[in-house]
Amino acid sequence: MKNRYIGKPLRRNEDARLLTGQALFVDDVHIPGMLHVAFLRSDHAHARIGSIDVSAALERPGVVAAYTAQDLGDYWQPGPLLVPPPPIKDIVFHACTQVPLVRDKVRHCGEALAAIVATSRYIAEDALDDIVVELEPLDAVVDVERALEPASPRIHEHIESNLAAHVVQEKGRYETAARQAHRIIKRRFLYDRGVAAAMENRGVVANWDEKSQQMTIWDTTQAPIPIRNGLAAMLGLSESQVQVIAPFIGGGFGPKIMMFYPEEVLIPWIARELKCAVKWIEDRQENFFATTHERGQVHEAEMALSEDGRILGVRDVFLHDTGAYDPYGLTVPINSQCTLLGPYRVPNYYSEFKAVFTNKPIVTPYRGAGRQHGVFVMERLLDIAARELEIDRVEIRRRNYIAPDDFPHNHEIIYQDFAPLTYDSGNYLPALERAVEMIDYHKFLEKEKARLRAEGRYAGIGIVSYVEGTGIGPYEGARVTVEASGKVCLVTGVGTQGQGHYTSFAQVVAEQLGVEVSDIRVITGDTREFHWGTGTFASRGAVVAGNACHAAAKAVREKILKLAARLLKVPEADLVLEGGRVQVKGKPDQAIQLGDLARQANPLRGAVTPGTEPGLEATAYFGPERGATASGVHAMLVEVDPETMMVEIKRYVVVHDCGTVLNPMILEGQIQGGVAQGIGNAFYEQLHFSDNGELLNASFMDYLLPTALDVPPIETDHIETPSPLNPLGVKGAGEAGAIPTGALFVQALEDALSDLDLEINEIPLSPQRLFELVEAAKLERTVVS
Amino acid sequence: MKPAAFDYHAPESLEEALALLNEYGYEAKLLAGGQSLIPTMNFRLARPAVLIDLNRIKELSYIEKNGSGLRLGAMTRQRALERSELVANHAPLLHETMPFIAHPQIRNRGTIGGNIAHADPASELPAVMWALDGYLKLQSAAGERRVAVQDFFVGMFTTDLEPEEMLTEIEIPAMFPRSGWAFREIARRHGDYALVGVAATVRLDEAGRCEDARLVFFSVGEGPVEAQLASDALIGELPGDALIETAAALAAEADIDPDGDIHASADYRRQLARVLARDTLRRAFERTK
Ligand SMILES: Cc1cc2nc3c(=O)[nH]c(=O)nc-3n(C[C@H](O)[C@H](O)[C@H](O)COP(=O)(O)OP(=O)(O)OC[C@H]3O[C@@H](n4cnc5c(N)ncnc54)[C@H](O)[C@@H]3O)c2cc1C
Repeated sequence: MKNRYIGKPLRRNEDARLLTGQALFVDDVHIPGMLHVAFLRSDHAHARIGSIDVSAALERPGVVAAYTAQDLGDYWQPGPLLVPPPPIKDIVFHACTQVPLVRDKVRHCGEALAAIVATSRYIAEDALDDIVVELEPLDAVVDVERALEPASPRIHEHIESNLAAHVVQEKGRYETAARQAHRIIKRRFLYDRGVAAAMENRGVVANWDEKSQQMTIWDTTQAPIPIRNGLAAMLGLSESQVQVIAPFIGGGFGPKIMMFYPEEVLIPWIARELKCAVKWIEDRQENFFATTHERGQVHEAEMALSEDGRILGVRDVFLHDTGAYDPYGLTVPINSQCTLLGPYRVPNYYSEFKAVFTNKPIVTPYRGAGRQHGVFVMERLLDIAARELEIDRVEIRRRNYIAPDDFPHNHEIIYQDFAPLTYDSGNYLPALERAVEMIDYHKFLEKEKARLRAEGRYAGIGIVSYVEGTGIGPYEGARVTVEASGKVCLVTGVGTQGQGHYTSFAQVVAEQLGVEVSDIRVITGDTREFHWGTGTFASRGAVVAGNACHAAAKAVREKILKLAARLLKVPEADLVLEGGRVQVKGKPDQAIQLGDLARQANPLRGAVTPGTEPGLEATAYFGPERGATASGVHAMLVEVDPETMMVEIKRYVVVHDCGTVLNPMILEGQIQGGVAQGIGNAFYEQLHFSDNGELLNASFMDYLLPTALDVPPIETDHIETPSPLNPLGVKGAGEAGAIPTGALFVQALEDALSDLDLEINEIPLSPQRLFELVEAAKLERTVVS
Repeated sequence: MKPAAFDYHAPESLEEALALLNEYGYEAKLLAGGQSLIPTMNFRLARPAVLIDLNRIKELSYIEKNGSGLRLGAMTRQRALERSELVANHAPLLHETMPFIAHPQIRNRGTIGGNIAHADPASELPAVMWALDGYLKLQSAAGERRVAVQDFFVGMFTTDLEPEEMLTEIEIPAMFPRSGWAFREIARRHGDYALVGVAATVRLDEAGRCEDARLVFFSVGEGPVEAQLASDALIGELPGDALIETAAALAAEADIDPDGDIHASADYRRQLARVLARDTLRRAFERTK
């Protein structure tokens, strides 16, 4: 049957509310008598605490309470390990998790030392000045390579070095491949990332109601249900006493799936201590320290190739900077390790990494979540191989793609979901060919480039491939109810951070029930409405929650058909659901409205057949056997001013395959947003730390996000290779836009500056850094000639 | 990111404002567009005990002809200058510069007086006013004085203003015939403070020789930096590409002494300065025709 709603570029149900300021965000929650919290944060990155004296702060009018680690008693506990290490042979992993307030030692700048509760945030901030802290600054561990030297200061004294983890994964034997290779490419790559910089910072409001013994928490989290369960346990309450609401959230991008942030643990505790409502809203400056980052990796990588450019093997050894704590386990470096393989056949792979503690804010997944780093290494190795073997860049990729009949494709290493890295499906060549055509790759290289060069203009082209492991388990659920009004209510446990769930999930349900998408009310992220599920992460909303919506809607559809068949006295097969009613095929006058049916399914008097469930309602769950692998190709045209090193992106093309497309407009939005963050990562955003581990650019004045003026229009097209692992055939699309941009940017720049034989093996770049690289390349040439 | 407590006054007249300034002196800060002051207060880098809000003083907002030159009230919004025909006709260099200052939203609030008084070394307007040989009127309850822009900027974020004084007017002299001008900056993103920028003004004598040349850089030092050696190389000569290259190289290598920071090293700043000096001089000489 042809889809009626799925695949249509429908306008978003939520936009009217969002655009007119009617949507509820955490900071919109106002409760009479609510108190406000400000945190005293450490200026030092590494320091031993002597004493923290809050007595003067307590004297200030308007200050209600002040807390340090000592005041928390038994409630003071290091946070849970959110993601345990995967079952990989001989894995070394040291869990060192963040604390609610620093007790003995500061481990990164911005770590919270004390909390002030006052009648306004202004007063709370005034009182921060009254706190007297005595501490002994220690040498900071900043550089990820030096962190492992024996002489390095130690961040966690109970482990013998700053090594957080050591993981080796191997497939085949790289040494054998290397021995047979025609050519070996060996390079060192640096890839650094920054902060997610969601438009809305984090925030928590907690309200303890003494009379009803209920705790209500509004939290900018991507995982309201696990937050509820965890907090209930920590506070010694029943799960039913705690309601966590993740209302509209202004962007998540990963850092908001991290749990538990110190503030998340403290604000509810304070609310119960003081028996009132308490609010903390993170400000932008705090966000740079107190919300998690992504950060640098240093790769020493090599690729063994045959004469005709086929990959025989890859060896990669890298360091991963995990920051001061590692509550999110190894998700980021495992993603790097796995995603490096990309859409390519790699018969032999040796990958080894060390995760390293440094005195910097915590690293957890941020859109792409380590995949960028891996893609960068692989794509760079292929670019260099193409140049050395004199094979076209597109051709070398084509030659190495996994063939469409080679799926499911098992890479024989363990992925972030603890299962073998197996691609469910894929068909890579059509996307490559389409991107080549859209950007006019051959014409540019054969004609345009030389023409522009003759005018003194330096233009270059880039084209790269990537895959994105998406939609991992364990599961999500949804409940669909047809109400007496004939409208439908859809509830799911995942939270929403701007992805358009109110529309795409509604489209999935509308497809089954034949009601208008605008007649479906969607509720997400409120534990009182739905309390089973894990959260929004790993590009899994559409795959896991979307298929749960599908399953619930199908179950309701069956109930509708069964009841309607009985009432209309026709076989179910003769019925159609359309326009909010059930109708006998070809007989428009023999029909019943869904609302009437819902009423009949919920009688007020009389008797029902024993065993009857009331209502047209169903709850269903979906858990895929493993993730679905999306893929794509990005291409770009750039122009560089060779004097100023300012770069202009002339065109940006994305051909993307995320299986069945639910709503192409929403999908394009996802891709564009991702590309914007990718461009930020490649050319604008960089965290600068001093030798003492202070963050030098913790504001939007010096941490440069690309603006609407810096991000070009993005031309997109889609290939649909449905996933066989879920009924909708969808694959995730949340992170794709952001993943290959760095690799692409560098390739296009090298092409633009091809006169110089410049090789760029690092991200992020800036005009300043490009200037340095170009000057060095020029110097090398004069030395050589 | 909340400011410390302060007292707030919103005088309706200049006289009233000057009286308040006289009373509070060091303790007070004038609030113009707030686009620099409010962020510094939110970061608690500034903690004035008293704010004197100038936004209700209508008499401080004007763009007037003064012979062939202009007088600009200190509270004139940057956006008003950008859109003013008088400015376009009588101070085309200023007109050319305005779109490079921040973003439209900020120019809607930000004032010319606040921008100049703030004396940010990365700011465009101090350098442009310098290149235009502007004058500033500084008033206090006790009287007023007129200061050349070149004498106003003392250092980074510091000016010749006394605590009781307010900048009330900016005067831009008339342009001479056979004058040319140009402005260019390199910024990371549209609307950012520049990595390096320069304002150039030149004038030819009747024989077509360079009679005067000013190349005033910003973002390369403690305030606007005039390239004296470059001017010396130009004055008395017939402008041409080789001469311009020489002057630009002198400006970048000898006249300025920029520092490096996280966005640009000193070497990179010199490179940009050379390119910008060359381009603006070329354009300025072209405009003398
Ligand atoms: C995102 C952003 C980007 C920006 N980019 C740029 C840029 O590219 N280039 C640039 O030049 N500026 C930029 N600015 C600053 C902007 O131009 C400000 O408007 C300007 O620097 C200050 O003007 P204001 O009227 O807002 O002054 P305010 O912020 O109100 O005041 C600034 C200072 O001047 C003092 N002051 C104000 N008026 C007077 C007066 N009449 N007499 C004496 N002292 C006075 C105040 O007491 C205060 O110390 C940017 C600002 C922002 C927020």
